[in-house]
Amino acid sequence: MDIDKVFKALADPSRRRLLDLLHRENGQTLTALSEHMDMTRQAVTQHLQLLEEANLVAIVWQGREKLHYLNPVPLHEIHDRWIGKFERSRLGALRDLKKKLEGGDDEKA
Amino acid sequence: MKKPDFVYVTYIATTPEQVWRALVDTDVTRKYWADPGEGCARVNVSDWMPGSRWEHQRVDESRTVDIVGKVVESDPPRRLVITWARPADAADEAKHSRVAFDIEPYGNGLVRLTVAHDELADDPQMFAGISGGWPKVLSNLKTLLETGQPLPH
Repeated sequence: MDIDKVFKALADPSRRRLLDLLHRENGQTLTALSEHMDMTRQAVTQHLQLLEEANLVAIVWQGREKLHYLNPVPLHEIHDRWIGKFERSRLGALRDLKKKLEGGDDEKA
Repeated sequence: MKKPDFVYVTYIATTPEQVWRALVDTDVTRKYWADPGEGCARVNVSDWMPGSRWEHQRVDESRTVDIVGKVVESDPPRRLVITWARPADAADEAKHSRVAFDIEPYGNGLVRLTVAHDELADDPQMFAGISGGWPKVLSNLKTLLETGQPLPH
């Protein structure tokens, strides 16, 4: 998988919003996702296509329903590439502190 | 199959046979499968015949069994389906969740590995452990098969 595709897919607030929606509830249909997006169904389809090409979204067919799942494996690879084992607990402590001070909304972070 | 709780996909530059071996051969599994919280490696022990028991064991002196289950489907090197439970719930199949591994050639020398975990809904604690665990296991597996080197954990 091409890491450029992952960063390009993430470089758009609507696509990050779609990932947030799947993080909250995994395995949603296009129809369910479109309800939360302020754009046409066609535009949502295109964003999901880019996320799928970046392997950030995985598809499962359930009968005739196409379900979208958040696939965090490419993000884990990025995480492992730049974050060392011994930094993780300190970074976790910093994240917790920041969340506590700021009220903990991921999209503001 | 019910609607999965989690689906994980990784593309690995290797062969389906190598991916299968990495899942079932303890000599390979111990090189990449570690618990996110604890240092020691894990292996999956079974004869991998449908109906057989499998155990997820720690590779240390204790050989503690953390997860057990049954082999539901075994079709090397394409598809492996197992159930997944705490050892205390081994006899109670209603408390088992299910994991399906699908291994498909994707072209350009890539293999697509999909892990779908379902029937977890009644177990929030297991849910939390698994959602952190699979991405790590799969990205370690990819690194091992593509470079021959496990990540330094």
